[in-house]
Amino acid sequence: MAKHHVTTTINGEPVEFLCSTRQTLLDVLRDELNLTGSKEGCASGDCGACSVMLDGRLVCSCLVLGAEAEGKSVETIEGMAEGDRLHPLQQNFLEDAALQCGICTPGFLVAAKALLERNPDPTETEVRYWLAGNLCRCTGYDKIIRAVMRTAAEVRGEAS
Amino acid sequence: MTGEKTEFKWVGTRAIRPDGHDKVTGRAKFGSDFALPGMLQGRVLRSPHAHARIRSIDTSAAEALPGVKGVITSADFADQPAELAAAGEALVNYRDMVRNVMAREKVLYDGHAVAAVAATSAEIAEAALELISVDYEVLDHVIDVDLAMEPGAPILDEELEPAGMEASGPTNIAKRVDFDLGDVEEGFAKAEVVLERSYTTAAVHQGYIEPHAAVASVSEDGQAQIWCCTQGQFMVRAYTARLCGMETSQIRVTPSEIGGGFGGKTVVYLEPLATALSRKTGRPVKMIMSREEVFRASGPTSAGSMTYRIGATRNGVITAFEGTIRLEAGAFPGSPVQPACMCAVAPYDIKNVRLTGYDVVVNRPKVAAYRAPGAPISAFGAESIIDELAKELGFDPLQLRLKNAAKQGTKAAYGPTFRRIGYEETVEQAIASEHYSAPLGPNQGRGVASGFWFNIGGESAATVNINEDGTAVVVSGNPDIGGSRASLALMAAEELGIDYTKVRPIIGDTSSVGYNFLTGGSRVTFATGLAVVEAARDAVRQMCERAAKIWEVESDGVIWRDGHAVPASSNVGDFEPLSLADIAAQSPKTGGPICGHNAQNVQGAGPGFATHICDVEVDPETGRVTILRYTAVQDVGRAIHPSYVEGQIQGGAVQGIGWALNEEYIYNERGQLENPGFLDYRIPVASDLPMIETVVVEVPNDRHPYGVRGVGEVPIVPPMAAVANAIENATGVRMEHLPMSPPRLLAALDAARLPEAAE
Ligand code: FES
Ligand code: FES
Repeated sequence: MAKHHVTTTINGEPVEFLCSTRQTLLDVLRDELNLTGSKEGCASGDCGACSVMLDGRLVCSCLVLGAEAEGKSVETIEGMAEGDRLHPLQQNFLEDAALQCGICTPGFLVAAKALLERNPDPTETEVRYWLAGNLCRCTGYDKIIRAVMRTAAEVRGEAS
Repeated sequence: MTGEKTEFKWVGTRAIRPDGHDKVTGRAKFGSDFALPGMLQGRVLRSPHAHARIRSIDTSAAEALPGVKGVITSADFADQPAELAAAGEALVNYRDMVRNVMAREKVLYDGHAVAAVAATSAEIAEAALELISVDYEVLDHVIDVDLAMEPGAPILDEELEPAGMEASGPTNIAKRVDFDLGDVEEGFAKAEVVLERSYTTAAVHQGYIEPHAAVASVSEDGQAQIWCCTQGQFMVRAYTARLCGMETSQIRVTPSEIGGGFGGKTVVYLEPLATALSRKTGRPVKMIMSREEVFRASGPTSAGSMTYRIGATRNGVITAFEGTIRLEAGAFPGSPVQPACMCAVAPYDIKNVRLTGYDVVVNRPKVAAYRAPGAPISAFGAESIIDELAKELGFDPLQLRLKNAAKQGTKAAYGPTFRRIGYEETVEQAIASEHYSAPLGPNQGRGVASGFWFNIGGESAATVNINEDGTAVVVSGNPDIGGSRASLALMAAEELGIDYTKVRPIIGDTSSVGYNFLTGGSRVTFATGLAVVEAARDAVRQMCERAAKIWEVESDGVIWRDGHAVPASSNVGDFEPLSLADIAAQSPKTGGPICGHNAQNVQGAGPGFATHICDVEVDPETGRVTILRYTAVQDVGRAIHPSYVEGQIQGGAVQGIGWALNEEYIYNERGQLENPGFLDYRIPVASDLPMIETVVVEVPNDRHPYGVRGVGEVPIVPPMAAVANAIENATGVRMEHLPMSPPRLLAALDAARLPEAAE
């Protein structure tokens, strides 16, 4: 079957790839482009491990077709740190032990970054509801929520 | 050995984990992130029937599909004898294992593997599965544990001979176990209050977010390499070697980063299939389970049914406890009914206890370990009936527990006499907590419950290599699921006296480190940690010898202090201390590389106890339960890395909350799983929960140099009863079945309201 030729931007770099009609954006990222930081926990939009930004919108990349990325801009976990400088969320996830096994971590980081960009001063309840689409089976969420709240406070310039 | 060390520089700090940066940047390689050139994709054909005889399998059309490179069925695996073989500390029956990874005579559950295909793409492999035709003779099935024990129930295995009892004819009961302490008749004779209750719990899945994945590559000389997400690379090697008829030395297993396990990755599913397919095709083969396959074919833990009787005097002394616990094992024997019996009332000093357990096969996937296997099930009932007893006696539920608490010298019903344990401390801290006396509003209630887990030791091996620049590498053999590398590095830094950042811990493959029993039983920080401490001490001993050589003194004239060799006393001479880096730099001249090593079968695990407090609010209109506040108190012996200790406690408590409120397997009348996805098998999400408060109690284990007990399993034991007791406190309704989901609770609330309405 003929493949689709897709021109897109990933983490600020122009990227071209070929994909079949049924390949999801997650499949393309992982299998064609070797960007395995986005994880597949369910392939049905229920776990959030595959979270990426598509033209500034938070999406489950397992629910987007690779072909849909045509002309769009994709941001993944691999683009979150700037050079060797971690994003404050990444740094605080480390300091606050907001990960145990770490399989959910890329998804949580991408989703939390999207939250703080639209709402720099979320309440605990707002953080919990925003992240309700991201499953973590290890942490009980406590340290994840704390790390996000602390980052928000830091970014706002408040002492934590 | 204990109490040697109570002052620490690194132990007890919240250092950043060594594998952390890779995990927040997406760089870390998990099970499905691995790829090899020329790799094929493998897929598994699974049974749509809960129970059926396989008359024949025709794979010819699949084999003829372009792109298909190989198809395997049970014919590709030699049958195994029915015998229990030692595999690490566990006992496995290879006859069952070979049938679980690939069905032979029969399929025994919906999702049971019947064939596997390797093809040049996943699409082709999936298309090939549709071309395999299997002729099934569908049989009656049974999934409920109580129904499976009834006469006339569909029989899974005609040849099953139950252990520990007589059976008249075919049965699904694989084993009966009995535990007896004292004289229960006498105990009940002394009792002034006797309660009898029955409870049931649903099957639940471990629910790790990372599905099983493996890549196998077998070369022409028969040497195999496997990369997979597992809790035990040595377990994978042993099981795969046996099932594929290979020698252990022919297989090298490299564990990837692992995206959760909770016991569910202590067995093999894909590894033997990928190895057989690779051997057949001469190409590397990658296999990944879908989420649906994870639910239909891996895990879960048992559903259970139990009946308990408890007797006590009016002044609150529990005089007797008697119970029968029935756990289903899934398709093959081996439910955790034994630990379920052993843990049920382990927190208590009860002089007369009798517990009988039944291990029962049913038509669902063979159960796998799940965090404190068996204990959460039996404790749900035990901690519920104790709550009712407290109410009956007019006791505060924690005071009743304290009055009957096991302590040093208590003889446990399961055999041993406890050494120093910290159960009383957990209850005292719970009583003293601000949470326990905080006010509650309408429709709100508070519940408490306790829990116990043994923790284990086991075979452990570690190497500490001193590098020429004064840094160190710690090589051990346990996949790190929740920060154990950080704990091992902290302990090594403590012993070596160098900065934590100068210690690099890595997890070896099966060919680069001595045998380690798998990551399980809350053993890694305790047992592998002990091996790391001893290996570091071995390196220190060697470095003292090197210093003695340099100073030309007797080696017992040198001791190690703060990362330096120093003269043991002024009699030895006056020498400038030699740092670890100095000694490392001179090592070529003083005897060569410095490699500390330790390997042992670690004994002396310290039992763990916990007491939890849970506040709920029950919506009387819908039966929905909201967890308002939760506190978990646990004796961990010593918290090496407090953040990851708290994390284990929080994560375990939340898994327990999911088990309590929502999680269950739902089957249709044909025995097919109806909810094999996270949408319908609902695990707790962030918006369901409050913060989980932790109180870490440290009563050191006297068999570990720093006092470590282990932490991962105990926290899942108390939550189900804590939630049930809180619901009872809020509504007056006692829930005796898990999960306490909204429809069930609403039905119970309505039933309780009916008599009122009738008045
Ligand atoms: S993999 Fe996309 S939501 Fe789970
Ligand atoms: S850290 Fe394991 S799933 Fe979140």
